[in-house]
Amino acid sequence: MTSEGGVLVLGAVAYDPKVVTIWDGFRRWFAARGLPMTYVLYAHYEHQVEDLMAGRIDVAWNSPLAWIRASRMGAARRLEVQPLMMRDSDCDLTSAFVVRADSGIETVEDLRGRVVGTGAVDSPQATLLPLNHLQEAGLTPGSDFTVQRFDVGVGLHGDHVGGERDAAQALMAGEVDAACMLDANHLAFSRDGTLPAGATRVLAQTVLFDHCMMTSGPSASAESLQKLTDLLLSMSYSDPEARPLLDMEGLKAWVPGRTSGYGPLDAATDALHFYDAEGNIVAADYRP
Amino acid sequence: MQPTIDLEDLGFDSGAHILVQRALRSLSPGGKLAVQGRDPALRLHLAAWCRQHGHRIEFIDAESMGQTAAVITRGQVEADRWSGARRAGGPRPEEMLDQAPATWGLAARGALVEEGGPDSGFDLDTKVAVWSDLAPRLYAQAAAAQWDPATAIGWKTGDALQPDIEAAVVQVMTYLVENEQAALAVPARFLGRIHPHYREVVQFLAVQVADEARHMEVFARRAGLNGQLPGTSTVGGRASLATLLAEPDFALASFLLSVLGEGTFLNLLSFLEAHGPDTVTREVTRLARQDETRHVAFAMGHLEFQLGLQAELHDRMRAAVERRYEALRNTAGLSDDVFDSLVILSAGSWEPAAITRGYAAVARLEREMAEGRERRLVRLGFPSSEASTLSALHTRNFM
Repeated sequence: MTSEGGVLVLGAVAYDPKVVTIWDGFRRWFAARGLPMTYVLYAHYEHQVEDLMAGRIDVAWNSPLAWIRASRMGAARRLEVQPLMMRDSDCDLTSAFVVRADSGIETVEDLRGRVVGTGAVDSPQATLLPLNHLQEAGLTPGSDFTVQRFDVGVGLHGDHVGGERDAAQALMAGEVDAACMLDANHLAFSRDGTLPAGATRVLAQTVLFDHCMMTSGPSASAESLQKLTDLLLSMSYSDPEARPLLDMEGLKAWVPGRTSGYGPLDAATDALHFYDAEGNIVAADYRP
Repeated sequence: MQPTIDLEDLGFDSGAHILVQRALRSLSPGGKLAVQGRDPALRLHLAAWCRQHGHRIEFIDAESMGQTAAVITRGQVEADRWSGARRAGGPRPEEMLDQAPATWGLAARGALVEEGGPDSGFDLDTKVAVWSDLAPRLYAQAAAAQWDPATAIGWKTGDALQPDIEAAVVQVMTYLVENEQAALAVPARFLGRIHPHYREVVQFLAVQVADEARHMEVFARRAGLNGQLPGTSTVGGRASLATLLAEPDFALASFLLSVLGEGTFLNLLSFLEAHGPDTVTREVTRLARQDETRHVAFAMGHLEFQLGLQAELHDRMRAAVERRYEALRNTAGLSDDVFDSLVILSAGSWEPAAITRGYAAVARLEREMAEGRERRLVRLGFPSSEASTLSALHTRNFM
């Protein structure tokens, strides 16, 4: 398969031009340590997951939603799909519902009849998880409240921060009553002035969830996967060659992949009819 | 006792991270810090910030109303980042290193430099290649001696000269501008190559470049002062200057430009200061000469330092003079227009007796130039017979 000749093929989604710099850097770093690797860039996660299933890539650097789809497809087709590695920064995230400080909205129930701004249709942190949180609280999207989606980078599973930023700006402009965003993005928007100090309030938070997952597919050889995980675990922030790569990719250390943090997104995927149990796309308005 | 900080109402949108960071820095990795505060977004932000910075956090749920409380366990990340860091020498010149690592790049000398980073591309990165012990002192002098062309020269006092005499002054000024442009370009080309670890050298050369910029201005301004167009520029003159720009070695370029070229120019500028027919000409050449004296002193100091460490430099200096001579052998050298203009402006009139005096003065100037070059070559360790030979090979274009 693709591991022929011992070269591991990794897939990544090109959500930003820096992705080339990142994976070029990893490629050189791996090569210098005895793991020949090449990479393929995708315009969206659905294509990447389909290629992982088809054996055209050995390993996919997956969004949380892409991990869920890959694991569902793997189970349905009896293909070997394994969680490999995560970033330390992928564990225990939360998303916030943010309202204007003077809006008078004090509880989730107060969002009834209001407009809620979300990220792109396929954003786990800014659309799927927050909408399911409201649904579980008894507010059905589209009927109990209006969803104003900010579809930036559809297919990138929310990796593009633009949708969340647009929602935050719409909140400040009074176009939506609440905006959904990842905790780290709320911190960034609070510090860069998108959300002026004191102007907004955190109404509620989702449960904790995990983010990206390095996923292996059926074509990967056990030997190269072992080498890959060994090398990733050996990357130390004290190593001046590895540190710039870790900084660019937004982590301090790689940790073994855990599947325990995907329950909330798995549930949201079903509840909001995004993928079916076999990993087919069922969301009608999703066009990556 | 576990250290505790109370952020009160301060949020991460207003700088709370500064207090948290400061408190964490007083702990070793693994140490615990209790944090509390009343900012409504504190819980959200503290968790995200800790995740981004590699610290662990646990919230204490028995919070009083409106209060967030947590315990942060300091991570290893900051210690890891600085584990291979080292001081880039020390701030004082005597604490500089013999070789500056490429990855230090633009870091201030003496700074604690994080390990790694891109190569800076400063290829003149050894003390022996660039340093002179005179650099700090000459830079300080140069910075203190900067003058403003607008006010240092009495531009409005221009004496009315005969048009022919004025034309001679304009021709000499045109020649000076051309030469000053070369004298600016040569150090400017090396400036971006010298490792900033040797910053006093960079500072000195930067002021040298600024000096030449002023010289270009005042000579051009004197040329146009009385409404005449600039004089001529010859291929021979430009060919001579082109060989200066082509020298890739810093020591040899300083030798050719500053010791031999600007050294020769000291005599020329003194000559113009003494024989200039108008006040402005005398003033601009006096101010330029003061600056050029510094440039020559720096280059002499730099070469003396280098010669102390690498005796074979003499051979390379000799070869550089000979190479330049060969390259210019079939060119015209100093333009007749410039030579004649020097005679005319020192003669001050068209009387045969005055021309005789002017011609003799220029001949004396050329002898003084040769003697000055020989003196400097001897100071740089060349035997006097060889100094005389090498001086004679110097370009007839003076610079």
